[in-house]
Amino acid sequence: MLSIKNLHASIEGTPILRGINLEVKAGEVHAIMGPNGSGKSTLASVLAGREEYEVTDGKVLFQGKELLSLSPEDRARKGLFLAFQYPIEIPGVSTTNFLRTALNQVREHRGQEPLDAVKFLSLMKEKMALVEIDQKLLSRSLNEGFSGGEKKRNEIFQMAMLEPVLSILDETDSGLDIDALRIVSNGVNKLKSDKTATIVVTHYQRLLDYIIPDFVHVLYRGRIVKSGTKELALELEEKGYDWIKEEVDSTATI
Amino acid sequence: MSKDNQILENLTSKEYEHGWSVNYEADEAPLGLNEDIIRWISAKKEEPSWLLEWRLKAFKTWQAMKEPEWSNVNYRKMDLQALRYYSAPKQSKNPKNLKEVDPELIAIYERLGISLNEQKRLQGIAIDVVLDSVSVATTFKETLGKLGIIFCSFSEAVKEHPDLIKKYLGSVIPMTDNYYASLNAAVFSDGSFCYIPKGVRCPMELSTYFRINAANTGQFERTLIVADDSSYVSYLEGCTAPQRDENQLHAAVVEIYAGAHSEVKYSTVQNWFPGDKNGKGGIYNFVTKRGICAGDHSKISWTQVETGSAITWKYPSCILKGDYSIGEFYSVAVTNNYQQADTGTKMIHIGKNTKSRIVSKGISAGKSQNSYRGQVQVMKRAHNARNFSQCDSLLMGNQCGAHTFPYIDIANPSAKVEHEATTSKIGEDQIFYCNQRGIATEDAVALIVNGYAKEVLNQLPMEFAVEAQKLLALTLEGSVG
Ligand SMILES: Nc1ncnc2c1ncn2[C@@H]1O[C@H](COP(=O)(O)OP(=O)(O)OP(=O)(O)O)[C@@H](O)[C@H]1O
Ligand SMILES: [Mg+2]
Repeated sequence: MLSIKNLHASIEGTPILRGINLEVKAGEVHAIMGPNGSGKSTLASVLAGREEYEVTDGKVLFQGKELLSLSPEDRARKGLFLAFQYPIEIPGVSTTNFLRTALNQVREHRGQEPLDAVKFLSLMKEKMALVEIDQKLLSRSLNEGFSGGEKKRNEIFQMAMLEPVLSILDETDSGLDIDALRIVSNGVNKLKSDKTATIVVTHYQRLLDYIIPDFVHVLYRGRIVKSGTKELALELEEKGYDWIKEEVDSTATI
Repeated sequence: MSKDNQILENLTSKEYEHGWSVNYEADEAPLGLNEDIIRWISAKKEEPSWLLEWRLKAFKTWQAMKEPEWSNVNYRKMDLQALRYYSAPKQSKNPKNLKEVDPELIAIYERLGISLNEQKRLQGIAIDVVLDSVSVATTFKETLGKLGIIFCSFSEAVKEHPDLIKKYLGSVIPMTDNYYASLNAAVFSDGSFCYIPKGVRCPMELSTYFRINAANTGQFERTLIVADDSSYVSYLEGCTAPQRDENQLHAAVVEIYAGAHSEVKYSTVQNWFPGDKNGKGGIYNFVTKRGICAGDHSKISWTQVETGSAITWKYPSCILKGDYSIGEFYSVAVTNNYQQADTGTKMIHIGKNTKSRIVSKGISAGKSQNSYRGQVQVMKRAHNARNFSQCDSLLMGNQCGAHTFPYIDIANPSAKVEHEATTSKIGEDQIFYCNQRGIATEDAVALIVNGYAKEVLNQLPMEFAVEAQKLLALTLEGSVG
């Protein structure tokens, strides 16, 4: 589904990603961990098509096709979804209105008719139940004045509505209380199928108790320096990153 | 060039969609401005002598006046002697009803998306259409007449309801008020008149649609709305003009009189030709609008969505004379390319316990300049006056300007006046967020701008709000840099 080869990207001339390789197959869950500032959000942004980042080398295939030349909206329409680490506020635009615009543009791209108000609302109802989100929140201005947890839950609600093929969740767990973490994780699990894949970026093992990863990768200084199975996350939880950093830094050629 | 900028380039070069004009046989005054022209217009309209005298007096006053220069706009002054002050399509004189209106004229409005066919209209909106200098048709006259509501062209009102006109003409905006208002008083050719009798709630929206078609012709219309005690009316105004290389002058006057316990809502969606993307041509929109809340507990609410005109100079105002009267001003002013807007309001608190509310949303793109200018004046006897003003500016790109000039003048210490102002930019991150959900950049801008202007758009009647939303999107599509 997603194949990243030797991806290099920089911002304002500073290299941040320095040779990422990653293969994600349909049906898989990959967790990406790593110290602050290692480039996790940058990787997510580059995949989603944020223009500030310049891809200086490498190749990315999504569903067998070249990804990097597509506009951000086309990537989204083809089924790539990013749950933002810091969701953006749009004053005066309700989540409902926002999603209706988004969903209809995605549908248009797929050659489907726009959903009428009735069908849209019934779809909303169904997905609202999935992440147990309050109707009132959805009629307020998007993310404006939302609590940290509400923002994250709203991101997953949007994901549920748009039914992406590949979802990248950037620290969706941070800000969620214990119950919300369970509810939102269950929602994510219900949305999974053997045709979709999920990349979760997280700092905590806790999330991975709910969303069980097939693979865990450690990103450090713009590279994936260690990959393993879910046991790796447990090991990191226990030992931190220092041992990995030491390993890498002692062999580094910078 | 970034992708956003490219979209901007493509989209801001989009043509103004109402820029066409038609050729019809016209009945025109000779070029120029002098007493004889005023007599000519007055004679053409078979006016009573008192009205001619009134015009001539206004003209004398005007001759002694100077064109104001205090506003934050730059333009080459117009040669007022090179203009024509009257141009009317030749048609059967004074059509009694729609059947007598020249089908060619009806076709012009059909093309603008305005159906004059009463059966065709879904929602009840009665409309008076003004083409260049004259009103060509008014719909739903009979329906309204049964309630005692008068809705007709100004010329007709002068003939049929001279007492009302005599009583209210110039009562809110004196002929000596300002340069453009005095000019209008001297040469105005037509407009709409509306009277809502005591205790009547007007059952449909009343509307005037202004269209300038002829070249080198100024449009000087007057609208007079009188809401008697305990009545209600909602009034809409729309306007477009053909695309021409030279600037054209539109100097209108709108007067509103609100009796005790009455309410008048006046909404405008202004879409005059704004000039091309290099700043050539476009309408000079120099308009004086003022309402008086004459009776206690009366209310006047102005809502405007200003997207057109090369230059806008316009301050719809409220004189809050009656105790407990309320004035409101809701405005979205959009400028793009080389447009300049200097717009705002005046709230003059005279009565006790009067309240006013100002919500102004400026949006500037391209190389345009957008100024809010507002005055809140609390007179000595206006105990407990309240004002709240919110003035927001949204900038798109970094070549445009937004300015705020609030004037506050308080002569009664019990007044509470609050002023809030913000300036923001459409963020790249907002657009990226929308993009990431599958929304194209131009639609993202439309979504964000409409969200920003929502509080004002919500004030518009339903049908108009949808139009206004589309218009905002069209004016600004892609203007993100
Ligand atoms: N405009 C910029 N100029 C220079 N460096 C930048 C710029 N923007 C981001 N960076 C740097 O890129 C690095 C990677 O940031 P990124 O947000 O991808 O980290 P992260 O792994 O997601 O961290 P966290 O766990 O804290 O979310 C950081 O060191 C950050 O400071
Ligand atoms: Mg991050």
